[in-house]
Parts: sequence; C-alpha cells; structure tokens
Amino acid sequence: MYKIVYKKSLNNTVTLMDIEAPLVAKKALAGQFIILRVDEEGERIPLTVAGYDREKGTVRIIFQIVGATTAKLNHLNEGEYIQDFVGPLGKPSELEGIKKAVIVGGGVGCAIALPVATALHEMGCEVHTVIGFRSRDLVILEDEFRAVSKKLYITTDDGSYGEKGVITMPLERMLSEESYDKVIAIGPLVMMKFTVLCAKKYGVPSTVSMNPVMIDGTGMCGGCRLTVGGKMKFACVDGPEFNGEDVDFDEAMSRADMYRDFERHAYEETCNLFAKEVE
Amino acid sequence: MVKDRIEMPTLSPSIRSKSFSEVALGYTYEMALDEASRCLECKHMPCVSGCPVNINIPDFIKHVKAGDIDGAYAVISKSSSLPAVCGRVCPQETQCEAKCVRGIKSKPVAIGRLERFVADNHSGTKTETEAPNGHKVAVVGSGPAGLACAGDLVKKGYSVTVFEALHKEGGVLVYGIPEFRLPKAIVKKEVDGLKALGVEFVTNAVVGKSLTIDELFEMGYEAIFIGSGAGLPNFMNIPGESLKGVYSANEFLTRNNLMGAYKQDSPTPVLAAKHVAVVGGGNVAMDSARTALRLGAEKVHIVYRRSMEELPARREEVEHAIEEGIEFNLLQNPTEILGYYNPDDKRDPKNNFVTGLRLIKMELGEPDEKGRRRPMPIADSEFVLPVDCVIMAIGTSPNPLITSTTKGLETDRRGCIITKTEGGLTTKEGVYAGGDAVTGAATVILAMGAGKNAAAEIDEYLKSKN
Repeated sequence: MYKIVYKKSLNNTVTLMDIEAPLVAKKALAGQFIILRVDEEGERIPLTVAGYDREKGTVRIIFQIVGATTAKLNHLNEGEYIQDFVGPLGKPSELEGIKKAVIVGGGVGCAIALPVATALHEMGCEVHTVIGFRSRDLVILEDEFRAVSKKLYITTDDGSYGEKGVITMPLERMLSEESYDKVIAIGPLVMMKFTVLCAKKYGVPSTVSMNPVMIDGTGMCGGCRLTVGGKMKFACVDGPEFNGEDVDFDEAMSRADMYRDFERHAYEETCNLFAKEVE
Repeated sequence: MVKDRIEMPTLSPSIRSKSFSEVALGYTYEMALDEASRCLECKHMPCVSGCPVNINIPDFIKHVKAGDIDGAYAVISKSSSLPAVCGRVCPQETQCEAKCVRGIKSKPVAIGRLERFVADNHSGTKTETEAPNGHKVAVVGSGPAGLACAGDLVKKGYSVTVFEALHKEGGVLVYGIPEFRLPKAIVKKEVDGLKALGVEFVTNAVVGKSLTIDELFEMGYEAIFIGSGAGLPNFMNIPGESLKGVYSANEFLTRNNLMGAYKQDSPTPVLAAKHVAVVGGGNVAMDSARTALRLGAEKVHIVYRRSMEELPARREEVEHAIEEGIEFNLLQNPTEILGYYNPDDKRDPKNNFVTGLRLIKMELGEPDEKGRRRPMPIADSEFVLPVDCVIMAIGTSPNPLITSTTKGLETDRRGCIITKTEGGLTTKEGVYAGGDAVTGAATVILAMGAGKNAAAEIDEYLKSKN
C-alpha cells in the first residue's frame, strides 16, 4: 500500500498528489511514468511522473478526472492509501545538448511538461514555453512554468485568458522569429500532431510524449503499440518519448478511443456511486 | 485390474463454454485407485525418463494404489515444487505418459491426473526446513521457475526474497493460464505455502527499472536467480496489426486472467467480440480461443499454418476446445488484417475496427532442420474470414529490461540469457537464470525444473564461498 501524503486540487478536473513510494522516488527521472491501481479490484493506469522528492521518498502525480479510475483516485484524501504504485517505467527524457528549446504543454499535459522544462532550465538551457487550455478556470501551473521559462505564452480556446486560440499560433510566431534546437510537446494527441507539423515546417526537431492504453508497462502486453518511423514500437519500453516526426498520430488517436463506450459507462457508474454516498 | 484408462470427469461443454469454472474436475478417490492399479510398476521405470524433473512415478503410484495419498505426495514433493499446477498443465502425453508401457497396447496410465489427485487430496504434510543460515538470496520473478527456486532455497535455510513486477504473485500462472484450466486459488495456495515457510514477496518491483541486479547485490543478496520469463509478445508484421480489435495473446489473457475483465463489474475493459480468430497452435492459442468463447463470442477460429498433427498444444486442451465448438482453420496463414473505413465520414466510430482476416491456404513441404514439414503457401488461394477480433498467439521472447541494465550478463541472438552450467550460472558471478528467460517460451515443468537445479547450485556456490 502506498500513502497519499499530500493532495491539492489544481482546478475542478485536475488533482495533484504526492505518493509515498521510496523505491520509485529513488530512481524517477523526468519523462518516465508510473502505473497505479487504486484498489484491490482496480485497473492499472499509467501516469507520467510530475515530480519527485528523493529524500522524502515521494513521487508527484497530476491527473485529470477523465474516467472511473481517476474519479476513484480523486475521491481519496491525504493519509489514505492506494493499492499499487510501480515504476519508474519507460525511458527518461533525453535532454543532453539542448541549448534553447520550446516546451509546449496542453491541458493536464502541462503537469508532465513542467518537470522537463525544469530539468532543462536547471541544466542551463534557455526555455521558452507555450501552454494551452480550454478556458481560464482550467489553467494550471502558470507560476511554476514562469519560474523556469525565459518567455511564457498562454492560450485558451475561448480567449478567457491569454491569447485566444490554440498553441500553434504563438508557436508559429516563435519559430519564425527565433531559432531553437528542439520543440518538446506534451498534451492531447491532436495538439502534439499539429505541434510536430509546425516544428517540421521550420526544420526544428520535435519530441512528443505518448500515453496510450497499457496494462503492465514492462513490454508484456503490447497494448501500447504505436507505429513510429514505420515500425511497431511499444510506448512503455521504447518510449514514452519519441521523435515527433516519426509518430503516426492518426493511428494513435484511433487506438486511443478503442474502449470509449466502456469507459463512458464505467465513469457514469462511478459518478453515480459517489453521488449516492454524498446523499 | 482395470484395463481401460479412467476418464476424468469434466464440466459439460455447453455449461463450461459460458463459464470460467475449471473444466477438468479431477478423479474421485475410487477413480484414482482404479487408475493407479493399471500401473505395471516396471523395474526400468521408462516414465521417469520422460519427466523433466524425474519424479519417481511408479513409487508415488504404488502409494496411491495402497490408498496412502500422503505417502504419494511425499514422493512427488522430493522432485516437484508445484504438483497441483503441473498435474494440470504439463503436456504429459509427450513426456511421462509417452514412455508408459501400458501405452503400447492400450492407453498409458493417466500419470498427470494421478499427480493432480495426490496434490489436491493430501492432508498437508509438514515441510521440513533447515535452521536459518543467515544468507540472503534474491529471486527475480514469481512464476514457476522463481517459485520452485525460492521453495528449495528456503527449505535449505536461506533467507529468500522474491521480486515480482506485477501486483500479484504467480507470473504466467496468474496472468497467462486461465481460471478454467488452472484455478487461481491453487496458485495462491502455493504462494501462501512459501510465505508460511518464510519467503518474502515484494510485488510492484520491476527489476531492471525499480531496482537493478547490481543494486540487489549492494542490498546484501549474495546470489540472484533470474526467472523473469519470456513476456514480450511477437507480432506477424503484416498490415493491419494496429487496428482496433487486434490483441497479442498476452494482452488478451492478462486483461482477463490478471485483471478479471471477464467479470461483470471489472473496471478493466475487453472487447466483446462476436467472431474471433486466434492465430497460433500452442497452449496460449487454445487458452485465448476458449477465453474468447466464454466472453460470449459466437464463433471462434484457431488459425494454424500446419496440420492437426503438428499442433503443439497439449492434447487435452485441443480436445476440450473441439468439444466446446472452437473451429480449426488448419493449413492456413494470415496475410493481412482488414479494417472498416468510411470514406465519407472520418469520424465514424466504426472506423479502424477489425472486419476480417485475409488468409492464404498452405500445404506441407519438405521437412526443415528440426524435422517438421515446412508449410508453403498455395498460390491464388487467399480468402477473407470475417471476424471482429484477431488475437496473435504466435509466441513470446524474453524481456530485455534486466539484460539491458546489467553489465556482464550476456544473451544470445534471440535475447535469451546465456547459461554455462546445469544450474543456470550466467556469465555474471553469483547470478543464475532459468525458465523461459533462458530457453525462450517453453513449459511450466521445464521452468520449475530449472528453478530447482539453480537452487541446488546456488546452495553449493554459497557454501563454497562462505
């Protein structure tokens, strides 16, 4: 069992937790992920590491409440325990040699983009950041990004905060005005797809972090397979980060909604259950 | 003396095809004694030579004949750590039973069924363990190799810790083999037995990631056994393998066995497919096909490129599959998986789901280097089998997580760990390996035997060192 030592709601749908998991905290690096199960009958879900404290032995996760499992997880409080927590899995981000980079974060993906931005900043890289959200009340981690970024641009779909529109608008301007070694994008698949296209247009290499459906996270099930550079790759062991231009995003988007009906149903059931508890 | 082999009662095919309850029900006491009476107690014991761990088969059967089940269990326990498991999953017809003299004129003695009977019905003999010797050994993986190795070492007085990557102990016995063939309660009983003897299990520990082999040495373990199995699924590299509705057998079975996706209220999803094709002819293919049927599929096909004669699965599983209505598409091989695509609507939710499997008919040509006749495609014989789910059960390879993070641990071209001795000494001092991690995908009994051999050699190594 793994103790929740800190919990904070970042907005209505995104929650931060620090979990006591010394074995994982000792090894975790930016770009890697963990797999957790909330309770004895729970499903295994992957979440990218959002931070760690090696001395305290804690690992930070930030998750969006999108389905039954994340709803259940969000229902737990500080001092309570989650059943299983395993990692760190996957390969860490390869940041060596990057002198100037654009970090692109979309929605809850910002939680994963932040440790990458921080790691780059700490190694002396000039970090310019673009983060995008649907609206003002969903903006997260703005101050944290500002602390590690020389420039920070924020977009919202509805224009309620920052620039109205999507992240490719400021990105396009930045890429046309300055030269960068790398664009690193973490967020919804469609956002990463267009970020990669935009970077490619300006000849800048891009890295993306993939988060497909997976079970074990150790290469055993093959459920997380992607087509990268025309070859089958497993996100759990070959990734989760890949060269953006090589990733077949259309296929990844299609595979991501394989269990859409099931997940919607399970989520509704769980919400109903919690609603009853409140009554 | 009874002449004919006593058949084992099974659940009726119409009931079991809708249920995950165990299919083979096991002998009654009378049946076991009758079947045991068929053993001729041959002096030269040919059956023993067919057993990968050399159980003294005539001796245990002699005890069964006399109704001394505990005595029989004591005999089996000398050589096997997991009789309740092996009695159920060993391919006896190609091992011990293949050598049985009874088999010449009629059917061989049902050694596997008797082993299972003994394991299920003994009254719990007390396991003798030596006093703790203060030496620590780490075992990586809690599948059959790891459990056997841990069991033998703890009995010799070692302090043993088993590291398991998943959240539950048992390895392939829990994620791979379905409930209807090997009830999980039996695996749990074996694991609990080891815990009672003092073996410590650490779940959620991915050796190669959370911990490395070198760190285990730093933690004070003096020897390490790697029984990490062959968990990496193979695909065919044909078009369409990324479509929705294509599973590796590992994924399909893990969703059901480990995660319980077949249960009504499980939060882990699995597709409710109506027409399923399973590619492959081994036990994993049979397990996948029969699981798909139990999940409610109307039609399930086994697609195998050779003929029934070469089918590598355990005979009993093939018979059970046929009884349950699984169709066998023999001498056929997939060339492409077909998916739905609506050209007028890119957002059609049916897009990219499997609609069919293109197969080509095969014929058997000249024998290859292993003596198996090579399947050759027949020109212009392609056709489409309409299915909404394809499960690839064409084998697995060892996982590189450990070997890629351990200096000095060498592997062969297939990624299998190289061992230099009977007991599985690797190219790194103090590190032993056995089971599928060394051989590539094989059987439970071979893995168990390798675990036992390694335990004996680790004992010798640590005694000579200390």
